[in-house]
This record gives sequence, C-alpha cells and structure tokens, in this order.
Amino acid sequence: MKSYTGLLIAVVTIIGASFLAPMINPYILGRIIYIGIMISLAVSLNLINGFTGQFSLGHAGFMAVGAYTSAVVTTYLSTHGLEMSGMTGTISFFVALVCGGLLAAVAGLGVGIPSLRLRGDYLAIVTLGFNEIIRVIIQNVDFKIHGTDYIGGARGFSVLPMTTFIWVFLVAAVVVFCVENLVNSTYGRGFLAVRDDEIAAEAMGVDTTKFKVRAFVVGAFFAGVGGGLFAHSNYNITPLDFTFLQSIDIVVIVILGGMGSTVGVILAAIVLTTLSELLRSVPEYRMIIYSLLLIMLMISRPQGLLGPSTLGKLFKFWRKPVVASTD
Amino acid sequence: MQILQQLVNGISLGAIYALIALGYTMIYGVLRFINFAHGDVFMVGSYVGYYAATYWVSHFFPVGSLESTVLVFLISMSVCAALGASIEFLAYRPLRSRPKLTVLITAIGVSLFLEYTGQLFFGPNPRGFPPIISNKAVIHSSSITINMIQVVVITVSLGLMLLLRVIVMRTKIGTAMRAVSFNQQAASLMGINISRVITFTFIIGSALAGAGGVLYGTMYPSIEPLMGILPGLKAFVAAVLGGIGNIPGAALGGMIIGLVETFVSGTGASTYRDAIAFGILIAILVFKPSGLLGKREIEKV
Amino acid sequence: MTFPLDSILRFRTLAVCSIVACSAAFFVSCKTSGGPAGSEIIVGEYASLTGGTATFGQSVHNGDVLAVDEINASGGVLGKKINLVTEDDQSKTEEAVASVQKLVNSDKAIALLGEVASSRSMAGAPIAQQAHVPMITPASTNEDVTKKGDYIFRICFIDPFQGKTMAHFALGSLGKKRAAVLTDVKQDYSVGLDEAFKHTFSTAGGTIVSEQSYSTGDKDFHAPLTSIRAANPDVIFVPGYYTEVSLIVRQARELGIECPILGGDGWDSPELTKGEEQQFNNTFFSNHYATEDPDSTVQNFVKKYQDKYHAVPDAMAALGYDAARILADAIKRAGSTDSSALRKAIAETKDFPGVTGHITIDENRNASKPLTIIKIVDGKFHFAQRIGPNGEALTPLK
Repeated sequence: MKSYTGLLIAVVTIIGASFLAPMINPYILGRIIYIGIMISLAVSLNLINGFTGQFSLGHAGFMAVGAYTSAVVTTYLSTHGLEMSGMTGTISFFVALVCGGLLAAVAGLGVGIPSLRLRGDYLAIVTLGFNEIIRVIIQNVDFKIHGTDYIGGARGFSVLPMTTFIWVFLVAAVVVFCVENLVNSTYGRGFLAVRDDEIAAEAMGVDTTKFKVRAFVVGAFFAGVGGGLFAHSNYNITPLDFTFLQSIDIVVIVILGGMGSTVGVILAAIVLTTLSELLRSVPEYRMIIYSLLLIMLMISRPQGLLGPSTLGKLFKFWRKPVVASTD
Repeated sequence: MQILQQLVNGISLGAIYALIALGYTMIYGVLRFINFAHGDVFMVGSYVGYYAATYWVSHFFPVGSLESTVLVFLISMSVCAALGASIEFLAYRPLRSRPKLTVLITAIGVSLFLEYTGQLFFGPNPRGFPPIISNKAVIHSSSITINMIQVVVITVSLGLMLLLRVIVMRTKIGTAMRAVSFNQQAASLMGINISRVITFTFIIGSALAGAGGVLYGTMYPSIEPLMGILPGLKAFVAAVLGGIGNIPGAALGGMIIGLVETFVSGTGASTYRDAIAFGILIAILVFKPSGLLGKREIEKV
Repeated sequence: MTFPLDSILRFRTLAVCSIVACSAAFFVSCKTSGGPAGSEIIVGEYASLTGGTATFGQSVHNGDVLAVDEINASGGVLGKKINLVTEDDQSKTEEAVASVQKLVNSDKAIALLGEVASSRSMAGAPIAQQAHVPMITPASTNEDVTKKGDYIFRICFIDPFQGKTMAHFALGSLGKKRAAVLTDVKQDYSVGLDEAFKHTFSTAGGTIVSEQSYSTGDKDFHAPLTSIRAANPDVIFVPGYYTEVSLIVRQARELGIECPILGGDGWDSPELTKGEEQQFNNTFFSNHYATEDPDSTVQNFVKKYQDKYHAVPDAMAALGYDAARILADAIKRAGSTDSSALRKAIAETKDFPGVTGHITIDENRNASKPLTIIKIVDGKFHFAQRIGPNGEALTPLK
C-alpha cells in the first residue's frame, strides 16, 4: 500500500515541521496556515468539480456550516469550564471539527439531491443559491443557549484561536489521502466515469446518482472541517465571510490547478496566496493585477498550472495517473 | 391598497432585472456560457450615464430635458456596446473552442477587473445620479403613488424588449443569431459568419445592460463600482428561472424576481429576501430543470 | 499527448517559478522586519481601501495620513518621524487578520490604527492584544471591540449610546410618541443602534409601531416604507449607512411620508442629499462633529483636509485624524515607544481637544465624549444640538 507510505511520510514531515513552526515569523506562519486551509477546501471541491464533473459554486456554504457549527461547539465547551488547551483542548477541537464536517455533509446531501436532475450552468446557479441561502439563514438565525448569543448575526461571532500548523496540515494530508485514494480505488473509478460520460457510465452499470450524491457529501464534509479550521484561525467570523465570492475563490484554485489534479490544486493554492501577499504593496492595483493574471493564465494555459497527465509521471507513489478529459 | 403600490414597485424593479437578464440569456444562447461580467457592464453603463449627464450633455441641453435624456441613453448604450464587443474580442474570443469552465473563470476575471478598475477610477464613494428624469408623481392618491421615473422605466424597458424581439425575429442578423444558437456548426456550414454574430450579440446585450444601468441610476440615484454584483446575480437568476437562452423567458423571469422581492420585503421579511428568491429558483429547477419557458434538451447518445 | 520529457520540463519551470515566488514573498515580508529603525516610529494602519466598505476605509486613511503629515511637519514625536505603514484588508475578515499579523510581526509597528468595521476590528484586536501592541480603532462602535483586552481602545462612541440618545432626542426635543424603525440587518452597527433605540424609546414612554428591515446593497425600499406608511408613525429611525439612507429618505418622501426621519453617524456624507436636497428637510442624525462648528480645531482640520483632498471631510476622516493625533499625544506623554508605557498613556487620555469633541478614555477604554445632532436643511448639514456623554442636552435645540 504505497499511498499509506505517502500518508505516513506526510504525517511525520508535518509533525517534524510543527516543531519549527514557532520559529517562523507569525505573519508568515499565518499565511502558511491559510494556504493549508485553502488546500483542504480546494482538494475537497476538486472531488465534486474536478473528479465527478459536477459544477458546484457553493463550497463556501458548506464552509459556513462547518465554521459556525465547530465554533458553537468550542465556545459552548469553553464557557462550560472545559480547558481549551492541552489534551482536553485537542479532543474538544477534534470533536468540534467533526461536528462541523458532519453537519456540512448533511447540507451536502441537501444540495446533492437536486444535482441529480441538473447539470452544468443550472447546477452552478443552484449551488450558488444554496450558498446564499445558508448565509442568509446564518445571518438571521437567533441561536441562544442560556441567554448567550452564539451566532451573532451580522455582528459576527468571536471564535477562539485554536487552529495551529499541525492541525491544518494533518487535516490537509488526510483530505488529500482520502480524495486520492477514493478516486483511484476500483470503486472510485465511478466518480471519473460520471464525469467522462454519464450515459456510458450508466450503461455500464455505474449508479451515477449514488456517485454524484456521494461526491457532494464527502466534499461537503471536508469543506465543513476546512471551514472549522478557517473559523478558528480568524478570531471573528461574519456571514459575509462566506458569500459566493468565497466559493469562486476556491473554484479559481481548482481550475488554476488543473481540474482533477491534486498536486496542481495544492500548487495553485500556494501560488495564489503568495501572489496576493506579493501584491500587498500596491493595494489599489492588487485585485486588478490578480484579475488580469487570471484572464491571461486562462488564455495561455487553460488546463491549469499542471495538466493532470503530468501528475502520475512525476509522483510515482501517487499510483496511476488520472486521465483527464479534454472537456 | 398596499398591494397595488407593491405591484407597481415590483414591476418597475422587475423591468430593470429583465433588461439585464436579456443580455445574459442572449449571450448564453449563442455561446453557451455565463458571462459573469455582464453585471459589471451594467455598472459601467450607469457611470457613463452619470458622467455624460453631469459633465457633457449638460453643456448643450438642460438636465432633465428630453434631448439630454435621450442623448444620455444613447451615449451609455454605445459605450457599453463597445465595451461588450471589446471584452468578447480580447478575453473570450481566444477561448472560443476551450472548455466552458475556462471561459467562466475568464468571465469572473473580467468581472473582478471591471469592479476594481471602477473602484480605482471612479472612486469607491457612491455618487448621486443626476435627475435626468423628474420624479414628480403622475398618479398620486393615498393608496398608490406612481411617479414619472417608474413610468419611464417601464416604458423604456418594454420598448427595448419589443425592439429586441423585432431584431431577433425579423432581421437577417437576428435569424443568423437564432441559427447559431440552434446549432453553431450547422450555421457555419450554411455560410453564417459565427464571429460576426457573436460580436453582434455582445453589442446588443451590452447596450441593453447600459440602458438598464441608466434606468437603475435614475430610479435609485446612488451608484458605486460594486453595484453590478447584486443586480447581475439576480438577473442571472431571472434568466435561469425563465429558461436560459430563451428571450421571453428572461423578461418573464426578471418580472417574477422583481415582484417576489418587492412582496417579500413588504411583509417585513426583507432579511430573507435573497434566500427566498433563490429558494423559488431551486424549487422551479428541481421540478422543471429547463426553466419556465425553456425547452428540455434531449440528450443524444 | 505530451512527451514525458516535455511535461517534466514544463513542471520544472513551474516549480521553479513558484519557489522563486514563495521565496520572494518571504524576502519582501522579512525585509522590513529588522525592528524599529532608529530614526522613525512605525505605526501600523489596517483599513478597507478596496472592496465593499472602501468608501469608509479611504476616508479614515485620509484622516490618518493628514494627521501624520502634520505631526511630522512639526518635528514628529520624541524627535523622530512617524512612519505610517498602511495595509489594505479588502473589506474581508481574513485579510484583516493577515494585515494585522504582518503589521505586528513583520513591520514591528509600535501601535495600530484601525479598523472601521467592528467585525474586522474584533478579528485584529486579539492579535494586537497578544503581542501587546496598543490598538486604537477610530470608528468601530460595537461594544465588544474594546472588551478584547486592555490594549484595545476606541475614540468613537458605542452603538447603544447613539441609539439611546436618539430615542431621548425623539421623545424629549422633538416630542414624538410613535416611532417606526427601519434597520439594515446586514450591518452589526445598524442592529446595535436599533436595539438601543427601541429599548430606550419604549421604556421611556413611546411606542414602536412598526419594525422593518433591509440589507446593505438594496436599492428599492418602497416595500418596507409602504408598510411603515400604513402604521402611521410620527417619527422614523433609520440607523443605516448613507449609501442606502439617501435612497430611503427620497423614496419615503415620494410615498408621501412627511414625518421626521432620524439616523446615526452612518448618514454623514456630502453624497447623502445630492440631487434631491428638499426631500431631506425634517431629518436629523447624530454625528461626531459638525463641519460648521466654529471651534478652531475643527475649522483648521476642515481647511487642511480640503486643501489636500479637495473634498469636505466626513466623520470617518475626522475620527481617523483624531485617532492618529491621540496616539501621537500618548507617545509624547509616555516619553517612549515601550508598549506598556504607551498603553498606560493612551488609557490616561483626558479631555483631548479633538475635532470630534473633547475625548476622555474611560475605564473600559471607550471614549467618553459629546454627541452632535445635525439637522438637514435644504441639503445643508446644520448643527442642531449637542448632547453630553450621559445623554444630557448640553445646548438647546436649534
């Protein structure tokens, strides 16, 4: 099982690197953590958009569900006397992230079902709609436990800073491991079959319905976990952090990385975050340059930074290459 | 009656959504892709109207006169038409044969470019749109107030929609547009210049967005560089609701979204308004995935 | 199908490019991290220069820059020039976090100025608190901001104060009993004012006859206004930002609603009444200062600002200006840029003669200062009444 070796190497490296983390400038560490969160989010979206060929514009909605759920859990536990550091902190945070992921997965199920009848642009607008519905609900919901307001509506919700380097990259490694193994397993070829030719897949006995819903549920679960990490690194979250524009940011990473290429997506998350930091010195032109680069990249390299076909040849332990469809 | 008043409010808002939705739908019809930058072309239209009315036309005609209003509309529509055509030429044409997703990301790039260039050049502060149409009441009673702006918005929108209908159904280029939208390959085999048809579609769609921008500016006289995002999104919803690629569908969808929004805000649930608009959309798409007036495409195996 | 060699080469180019880009990022961000330079004092500022709330962020930024230029022109503080390092947070929370982390850790700012939006101030405050870098927010009015720690200060009043004062103003100075409220649910600011207004107004003998809401970015308010008209209030409270309020008031008047309309400091902008000046008669809002105030500090500021930016300064600009000057004053009094001495000096600010009134920092690190009520007459903002920190009328209603 070569991929388990890969995961093991990754985990050991991350644990080793985490000892170096305190020595890095906290600002740069913060950006590295942000990259790690974006990797989890983009790789999980890649399962829906890249491997299964569905077109979701609602990833920030799942993120929001995970972010708010996990934040409610950690806030509740800490106000009820649980120490949010050491072993109890680790367990509480783990529980919070899993809760966030599970609730997001339920939301993913809700979005996945309409996706059975829709495709392409229609699916895109429906997922975008779900994203906005989730956001509007969070904005309006009045969620109080013992008189303490937990969501805060437009005012925002103060979240404990619990996300650390090791958490983010262990999650990222697990997400990469799960998604890669899922799509490369015999069973998981079904995802690719749905993408490449739905009708042919159905004719071959692949239950396309099941695979689409499964992609949404698994993708949403990891988006929820990513959202939990995002919330706990952001000090304060507001519903406006989870608009469809945030979803578009993640979609851009996936497409720039090359649909269906995990390594490409990781690279794109690094390149885009770095680019954004590099352009800090020219705030007025930052987004203008970013958008122009995006347009030029799409014209000159539409397959993304890494064409999926290069992947397997370079990383032998990543098993067989995933063959990309040209459309 | 409150309902009557809300009906008038809803129709005038819906008329503007319909104008923007028409552009979305036409471009989708011929190119099969969502032009995300359309809402921002609408924003540019509003700003062109603002500058034309404040700094240029006012030298020749007094603000509010018929000549100045017509001129402002024409200037805004032509600048937007030129902008639409150049966006197509520079950003979308090189991608003609590429996957739809690539074009979509490019469209998002163009949209961000227009928004932030707008923030740089126009400044982020909202501007007061000059009163090129007087807002005096045409009908005024205790239960209902209809002002000149609402009348103009509804008539101009309806007029432009009728004009579009004539262009699409009665002219040679309109026939070509329909042919391209029906089957691009077959159309090109019949000797239709696809590039010309696409450019023309962008010109018409963007001109409509420009007119929509000026109308929106007169109705809600506070314009800013990010104003295109929300109406653009809602017009997109309207286009999908009516059946994307279908011109009467876009007009119908725009009206429905305008009315629903107005009635929902009227009941005091304005906080849920955006959610409800999307909720209706999802419900309709789940039960009739091709939209209200769209034709169901049969998948060929 | 690409040849393996070809794709490996391409990958290598890309990998090299990204590694170069990453190391460049490191280089750029580490370049400034050499600690405070001997000849200047580094003050960090994070503001929304682009994005949804850019209009407020830029005003505050202009005020900050004006104050810093002025201080540097007169010799700086402690014999050193102030170097204002500004980071744009694009009106996003996660960017605010990144900006503050950069200012605190890489630029080694000795103090921070920012943000306008309370949600972003609350995201930046814990970082400043943890690093023991004093932070002064010019315009975050949400109560919770300064509760983040003893290094976090504000120089504007808090939301409940404005809402409470406007309720007293409506009942007392205007003598109104039936109020309707129209709230922007997307803005924590608006919700905060609204809650305080409703509570004070109904406990002090008035009735809230209609509660309606809208969301930032809305353009059409005919629907909620039609409902308000049906409830027949004698005063309407609209605690929103001028971007929407300018349309709300016009549309209310078009619908024939003639009663007084009240608001908060979010109304303050020369763009508010543009085009339809008459319709804004009989409207009042609470503000930080009035440009026509004869006070020499105010007039001096207005003149300088107009010379530099060719625009009338709004309240955000005035608050930015005051925040930077209070910080400079505290550095002077502390006699050093040591963080705990500076924190103590800011906390001891008393009766500082700012453009927005005499500012005293109270024990909760909030500003105790008067509030100015502005009356709009034919599109011009006129000083109407000044109300003290405890809600008492300091001047009669003009």
